[in-house]
Amino acid sequence: MAAGPSNAPPSKSSVYHGLGTRLMLPSWIVIGIFLVIPVGIMFVYSFLTKEFRGGVIWEFSLASYDQFFLYRGLFGDEPPTIEWTYLSIFWRSIWQAALATFLCLVIGFPTAWFIATRAGRQRSFWLFLVTIPYWVNLLIRTISMKFLIRESGPLNEFLLMLGVISEPLQILNTHLAVQLGLFYSYLPFMVLPIYASVERYNYALSEAAADLYATRWSTLRYVILPTVKPGIIAGCILVFVPSLGAFLAPDLLGGAKTFMIGSLIEEQFKGSAGNWPFGAAASMILLSMVLVVLTFYARAQTKAEAR
Amino acid sequence: MRKILLSSLVATSLSLGASTASAEGNLSIYHWFDYIPQELLDKFSEETGVTVTMDTYDSNEAMLASLKAGKLGSYDVAVPGDYMVQVMVNEGLLDTFESSELSNFDNIEAQWMDVSFDPGRQSSIPYQYGTTGFMVDTAAYDGDINSLSLVFDPPEELSGQINVLDSQGELLALASMYLDIPQCTTDRDQLKQLNSMLKEAKTHWASFGSDTAKEVLVSGEAKVGMIYNGFGLRARDERASLQYAFPKEGYVLWMDNVVLLKDAPNRENALKFMDFLLEPENAAAITDFANYIAGVEGAMALASDAVKQAPELNPPAGQPGQFIETCEQSVQEIYDRIWVELKK
Repeated sequence: MAAGPSNAPPSKSSVYHGLGTRLMLPSWIVIGIFLVIPVGIMFVYSFLTKEFRGGVIWEFSLASYDQFFLYRGLFGDEPPTIEWTYLSIFWRSIWQAALATFLCLVIGFPTAWFIATRAGRQRSFWLFLVTIPYWVNLLIRTISMKFLIRESGPLNEFLLMLGVISEPLQILNTHLAVQLGLFYSYLPFMVLPIYASVERYNYALSEAAADLYATRWSTLRYVILPTVKPGIIAGCILVFVPSLGAFLAPDLLGGAKTFMIGSLIEEQFKGSAGNWPFGAAASMILLSMVLVVLTFYARAQTKAEAR
Repeated sequence: MRKILLSSLVATSLSLGASTASAEGNLSIYHWFDYIPQELLDKFSEETGVTVTMDTYDSNEAMLASLKAGKLGSYDVAVPGDYMVQVMVNEGLLDTFESSELSNFDNIEAQWMDVSFDPGRQSSIPYQYGTTGFMVDTAAYDGDINSLSLVFDPPEELSGQINVLDSQGELLALASMYLDIPQCTTDRDQLKQLNSMLKEAKTHWASFGSDTAKEVLVSGEAKVGMIYNGFGLRARDERASLQYAFPKEGYVLWMDNVVLLKDAPNRENALKFMDFLLEPENAAAITDFANYIAGVEGAMALASDAVKQAPELNPPAGQPGQFIETCEQSVQEIYDRIWVELKK
């Protein structure tokens, strides 16, 4: 193991260290094959010339990035201006994912807190309840949601019966429906990590804060939130990232009237456009945007910790 | 996802049967999802001793993408739509056969022999044909339904209750017919007109959905919905007030065809299968299953009465539909722009 030139006896930790490397090997191979190579292919394809109706011609071209950022009119012969079409599709998807994350946080945090502060057996029961709907396939749950909120669905009939509304609400095929679908699909991804953090929270800290005349609000702000922050961050990432690529909710609940990032990219490969390099370029641009955001976040995090 | 799951299930169950390998070899079919009865495949295996495996796809474009991404050479036959046959011919993805290689070649109905997408039927045989139009819930609208204006410029009572197919080809073809401009036009004014008309029309639409086309009509969510006629027949079974329109401006005619793929690993068996499908009795079995019409002599006579008498399958005389044309690259790129701007 640690048979290096050093004369020091192999320490226990270095033994484990070597073991760890070997145990990691399968993971590295899987990541290499299923992450690095596909992303590499995508990167290369995004700089190739498109072949009509799918496929690539092995000639270097910036046409895909040009198409993404520059608008040359319906017939492609006007002087270029900034292309807002794709940026607005990206923006809408990001905004929708951010809103879903926020909603999940607002509902998920109190839920996680509630569950974590129950006594042992009750706690398992509540956790069990949170996970039950997720034993059912996402497609089925999304379609059920559609049945619930449509004009002749139970939600509208109930509200009509109560007399709260006089006309059925048009929820289906709106942004609200998509939001509702995303929120519902990913809520447990927020609840579970926060629960894991809150569960480890030491309530003596809250008592100490109270002893020092902290209000409930400042206890939450300065004591609880910093302690459970890792759970909140994990939850936010777990909700945001899949929401960004979600296509079931926008298609089934939103009526597919507008492209989302996912459906725009899919269209390049499976739709009439058949523009593989453009699909690859759009994916690379998305990937870079997410990486930039995460890098900024990691920097801010390191600075905050250094302080 | 559901489709992928099901198709792999089908593939597994079929290849399980393959463990009793036969001397007659294999046949590998690449087919639309849910478009051929399993009993018919079993019958083919029994008659010929050939072991059949099948993978499925859910759009012509998905099939093309998959073949171009390296699947060519692993399938014997596929079932592309009319315009896709032409694309595949142009791309060199198809093998040809002599009419003498198929003993039932003459069963192909005369009108489907010299089709524009494969003149003389050198690489393909008819599978089923149908039309793409729309259905109207006559309980919600009692005017004349046979006009595309119900989709593109609907009366107020139907606005906001329309579902269109999430398919560029069909939507742009119908839109061109509505505007009375040629498909794949290169005229700039006509293209601009097409673009602005669609944007205006979209304000009246509730949703784009192909998989859900039948369900939204049956549930009453949509009062007007673009749909394939076979689906329309099934929708009417579940909601009797639905009526399939044959718009006076025109409607889309399509035909799916069994093609012999290039580099087919079992070319002989592929031809046996095509021969099998040209038997009127077998073609009728598919018609009963899928509710479309086979272009095979004598098949319609053997089909069930429900299919024979269905108004969806019997367009008024003298008002034929039109095939979707394949546009040249420069026009297709403009179509793609129109489509993206419509859905941005």
